[in-house]
Amino acid sequence: MIGIVECGVGNAGSIQSLLSTLGLKSVRSSDPKVLRSASRLILPGVGNFSHVVTKMRESGLWDELDRMVMGSGVPILGICLGAQLLGLCSAEGGAQGFGWIDMTTVAFDRGRLGHGEKVPHMGWANTRCSDHPLFRGFSEYPPRFYYVHSYHFSGLSPGTIICECDHGYTFPAGVARKHIVGVQFHPEKSHSFGRQFLKNWASMEFQHR
Amino acid sequence: MRRVRVIPVLLLSNDGMVKTTSFRDRRYLGDPINAVKIFNDREADELVILDIDATERGSIDFSLVEDIASEAFMPVAYGGGIDSVDTCGRLLSLGIEKVVVNTAAVEHPDVLQAMAQRFGSQAIMVSIDVKYSLLGRPHAAVRGGRRSTGMSPWDLAQRSETLGAGEILLTNVSREGQFSGLDISLTADVSSRVGIPVIAHGGAGCIADFVPAVVKGGASAVAAGSMFVFAGKGEGVLINYPAQSELKSHFWGKL
Repeated sequence: MIGIVECGVGNAGSIQSLLSTLGLKSVRSSDPKVLRSASRLILPGVGNFSHVVTKMRESGLWDELDRMVMGSGVPILGICLGAQLLGLCSAEGGAQGFGWIDMTTVAFDRGRLGHGEKVPHMGWANTRCSDHPLFRGFSEYPPRFYYVHSYHFSGLSPGTIICECDHGYTFPAGVARKHIVGVQFHPEKSHSFGRQFLKNWASMEFQHR
Repeated sequence: MRRVRVIPVLLLSNDGMVKTTSFRDRRYLGDPINAVKIFNDREADELVILDIDATERGSIDFSLVEDIASEAFMPVAYGGGIDSVDTCGRLLSLGIEKVVVNTAAVEHPDVLQAMAQRFGSQAIMVSIDVKYSLLGRPHAAVRGGRRSTGMSPWDLAQRSETLGAGEILLTNVSREGQFSGLDISLTADVSSRVGIPVIAHGGAGCIADFVPAVVKGGASAVAAGSMFVFAGKGEGVLINYPAQSELKSHFWGKL
């Protein structure tokens, strides 16, 4: 059972319906007790970094996820804001992230954007990927994914970046460390590319030690 | 090659999915869920769904929005009848990516600002419906184009950006449904004055119409209704969306 973490705002509904087209069972919840039995976790999210952190801390969700992911090695996929939460902190508010991946989240550097390139970065973009198993089986390469974000990952060591994308400049679009994966794009809104990505993730065996 | 989003705009009414011409003359089109499925199959970039009766009706069909959001494996923006932060939050929790605000952006700017603060600019699209005075001066209208705000489209766009909107859907009312091409100068006048993406809408009749909206108008995305729901001007209903290869050769390849 895949647990989809509902933290206020996010695309939990579309993730669940995409998983069901892949024949995968999932449960959507914000209740730590319900999520506790999940064998994998998806942490979606749109909204404000600090607001979401505060809400998750208040509900007890924060500590439960930390225990599951770090204590029990439950694989987790963070999407968009959910991926940014895997890092240390964000320029969007003062809250601390989970700190599972050694990275920070920064705002798009508007000074480096070209003419006509705006923030939020919104739309479909070709995404160059490493040979990570998560990127197998696409109908074309590079795959294209849907993005909508004003902030992006930064400060990563090269080995943890699994894909990259351009908006004015190249930014890391995906990160992975053992069983912890985060992507800036929205697989649940990226048609066949997102479907294939989620299929790969759901069937992948992760090592957490 | 730069990929610029091509966005079908679907209109909901009290009686199902419709298409208008210059915001009048409603034509019944059929089931919106069926249309969403076709746009899934065609891998459309994004959908904008506008309930054009919701503001007057004073209610939103949440269950229909949820059905659409769950069915669509592409980003969905919903507009119509959104007048509070709570309504916005409820819609986003149903699985849509963005809300579209038109009347409330003008009549309740504080609500727009609170929505952007709460849910982030990327979730808030402001729709600006533009009409021209007899002297050819553009002004923004609300309440389905029926009430003029007296503001220029760019003033409203700038004000919306300041309040936290993440995107502008810019519609030329008189061109809507006419297959006469997008309003390039209006698009340029607005996109040059804001830092957020502007979607050019109203009048597109074929893929070639998209090119100048981006090249000359500075649009970040293009949208159309009629060309994606009719076989052609004055022709029958045909839900359609160009193949990636067509968009590459006739649109993105020309930017």
